[in-house]
Amino acid sequence: MDIPFDLLINAIVAGLLLGGFYAAVTAGVSISFGMLDIVNIAHPAFIILGSYIAYFININFGIDPIIVSLIMLPVFFTLGTLVYHVYYLSFERRGQESLRGLAFFFGLLFVTEVVLILVFGVDYRYVEARYIGPSLHFGMIDLPLRMLVPCLVALALFAAIELFITRTFTGRAIMAVSQDQLALQLMAADPIRIKRIAFGISIATAAVAGALLIIIQPVEPSVGREYIGRVFAICVLGGLGSMPGTLIAAVMLGVVESLTATFYGPSWAPAVAFGFLLLTLAFRPAGLLGR
Amino acid sequence: MTTLLHVNNISKRFGGFVALDDIDLEVEPGERLGLIGPNGSGKSTLVNCICGTLQNESGSVVFDGHAMDGLAAHERTHRGLARSFQLPRPFYSMTLADNLRIPLLYTVHARMGPLRSAGDLDARCHELLDLFGLAKKAKQMPRDLTQVEMRKLELARAMAAEPKLLIADESMAGLSHSEIDDILTLLARLNERGITIILIEHIMRAVMSFSQRLAVLVSGKKIADGKPEEIVHDPEVVRAYLGQ
Amino acid sequence: MNTTKFILAMIAAAAAVLAIAHWLNVDYFFFAAYTILQFIVLATAWNILGGYCGYVNFGSAAFFALGAYSSVALIKFDGAIDSWFPEGVASFLHHIFPLPIPVLIVIGSVVSGVVGFGMGYLTLRLRGAFFAIATLAMAVVLQTLVVNWDFVGGSRGAYIIRPDTLEVGSWQISYIEYLFVLMLILTMIALVTARTIERSQLGFGFATIRDDELAAEACGVPTLRLKLIATTLSGAFMGMAGAPFPYYIGYLQPASAFGLEYAVNSIAMPMIGGTTSWVGPLVGAILLGSAQQYATVTISSAVNLLIVGLMLVGFVIIAPNGLIGLVQERSRRRQS
Repeated sequence: MDIPFDLLINAIVAGLLLGGFYAAVTAGVSISFGMLDIVNIAHPAFIILGSYIAYFININFGIDPIIVSLIMLPVFFTLGTLVYHVYYLSFERRGQESLRGLAFFFGLLFVTEVVLILVFGVDYRYVEARYIGPSLHFGMIDLPLRMLVPCLVALALFAAIELFITRTFTGRAIMAVSQDQLALQLMAADPIRIKRIAFGISIATAAVAGALLIIIQPVEPSVGREYIGRVFAICVLGGLGSMPGTLIAAVMLGVVESLTATFYGPSWAPAVAFGFLLLTLAFRPAGLLGR
Repeated sequence: MTTLLHVNNISKRFGGFVALDDIDLEVEPGERLGLIGPNGSGKSTLVNCICGTLQNESGSVVFDGHAMDGLAAHERTHRGLARSFQLPRPFYSMTLADNLRIPLLYTVHARMGPLRSAGDLDARCHELLDLFGLAKKAKQMPRDLTQVEMRKLELARAMAAEPKLLIADESMAGLSHSEIDDILTLLARLNERGITIILIEHIMRAVMSFSQRLAVLVSGKKIADGKPEEIVHDPEVVRAYLGQ
Repeated sequence: MNTTKFILAMIAAAAAVLAIAHWLNVDYFFFAAYTILQFIVLATAWNILGGYCGYVNFGSAAFFALGAYSSVALIKFDGAIDSWFPEGVASFLHHIFPLPIPVLIVIGSVVSGVVGFGMGYLTLRLRGAFFAIATLAMAVVLQTLVVNWDFVGGSRGAYIIRPDTLEVGSWQISYIEYLFVLMLILTMIALVTARTIERSQLGFGFATIRDDELAAEACGVPTLRLKLIATTLSGAFMGMAGAPFPYYIGYLQPASAFGLEYAVNSIAMPMIGGTTSWVGPLVGAILLGSAQQYATVTISSAVNLLIVGLMLVGFVIIAPNGLIGLVQERSRRRQS
């Protein structure tokens, strides 16, 4: 096949930018699933919620979506702690996490989607900002700002989380709670409180991820479902709880998806992530860098 | 007399952490072997590798003349290898009698064909529960049991599979003096019936009184293997495990 | 009550329902009842893997849609016989095609059963959470494949022409009544199977997998084999329910066949009714299905989905063992 070189290069570059964004999207699940062992498949629903909030405030007050998401961080954090609290009381404490917990989050995912449909309808929504539209050009490489800016913000978010986890006491406590809850208790830290904070952070990242999402592409309520596969594919491929692994896997997925969409058509793109996920689960469940 | 269990150069890692490093172990039929070592030394990992719950990276396990490599845990149970879990894992949604019925249905039947009627099964369950002093609670649920009774149920369930080798993994932790004696008597009685037993314990007096031979595991390596009286005075064992 | 008596009781109940329906002769009743019966089958099928074994399947829609689309493929094949085959072969094939719905049902369940087995083989070695995610992944992959398969209509969908009546000899019933009778029979098959499994050694083994898989293996239970049986059966029954669907709906689109409503309902109905027994999915499907029919007609279909979702979340938190569990709790308390 005669592949036009500039098309290839641009597909790869778009994939890299997309991958950076995917890493931010997945960071939250890396915390909740990788470290806390909570299968929050409703995470994409929170992301879409973040997108719609960014849309609403942007359209009505003209505030930049990224600024909106930063304002929404504490709100989403609180929401996350509330959700964890319910999860803990109903499931973790009773030891029935697996079946019931999954059903709980699935129900949340579903309810969020339906509520968004009822409130906003099924039309695609998009935001307006100065960097949506223009692109930078380097020779044959195009860097659309609507993808570059989210990618940079995503990487910043990702770095912030990584620093938090490794440098602060709370962050290290979160890593500890995933490995040895008893030891953490002996260190006079309350594991439940730590988990609640961690889950809150996980959901807070969704606020930012949502704003970035609606900058990159128009959003409608069922878009969240595509992201379930992507997010878990990246998590599993990258090795649960490994931040560097998540980044590498996210970029890989972004590039493969971009190439597929460019050369085979966008209708095949959803299958890429899910196919990746299935293959990884079937053949190498520990992921690239996992245990 | 051929060795019943032969563990050859077993190694197991978890990521970068070496849990088992080249372990060699032999157990003769009818023997009472004690396995001791500090927490985290790899005792439970060794049991998991022998029984197939975990797969060892290198080395082999030969039981009753058959290679166990690649066999799933349930197949090893079918061949006569049974274990109790350190933290009891009863089937919470079933009565005690039903808990014992599972290994009878899935192991004993699988091995010998359905020779028994439902009435026979019930009788066998009761016999076992009686042996362990749990007959009165046959129709109760595991959540109504005391700690000791849960441990006994663990052992009873392992026994229900009619094993040739029973591995009892820390069945006595946290029990009182008389409760420990109870379990020891039970295990001795089982051994008299010809069942080989590997006893994994921290409680030294139990291990010393019960074992014919003692193996010591420290940080994934076997550092001693021999008669209990000798092992207890081995300087390396004293330093690594027994203290001072 | 032993199995034979149960089957007879079921047939009697079904015959009574059919007699009343036939006498009423209201088309809407057949349409609505078909939907509810379909949900009973889906809920029961889901429960075999989810309730008995404890493995959550989010991809119920995929198995259902596979059954539906295998029917569509065979119906389309019938239309293509003359253009694909030479005359001799074509006239021979015309004796066999179009296939009667019962044959489509068998084929649909075989296809879904095989896919269920395959998916199980790839993913059942994983922990429950990974399995659940894998089912979701598989559903999307299958949907993408169907969307890109033009033979069955792709994303534009496929029109299936439903005949007005079914004629057997000199006797005639409306086609929708025929579909209703078929679904009634399928429902009975599903319920009898679920009940039989529950009381058998197989069901016992399933329960150990749900309670503690590691301990089950240590007791000699071949967990992988049993799980594969569960996924295959579960998938087959869902495909069985999907096979007549194209005739029922008339116009089949991947977005609706693979719709999330099927996934949510097939989870919500058993969890609300109760997952440990065959009665749970039955109760859950009848209650939730009727409520949804009512809500769709009086309010809107989006709101009815919201109700299902909220009920699922609510029940999972408050009454983890479903309605059946609540009833059992109350009778246990009265006894003591």
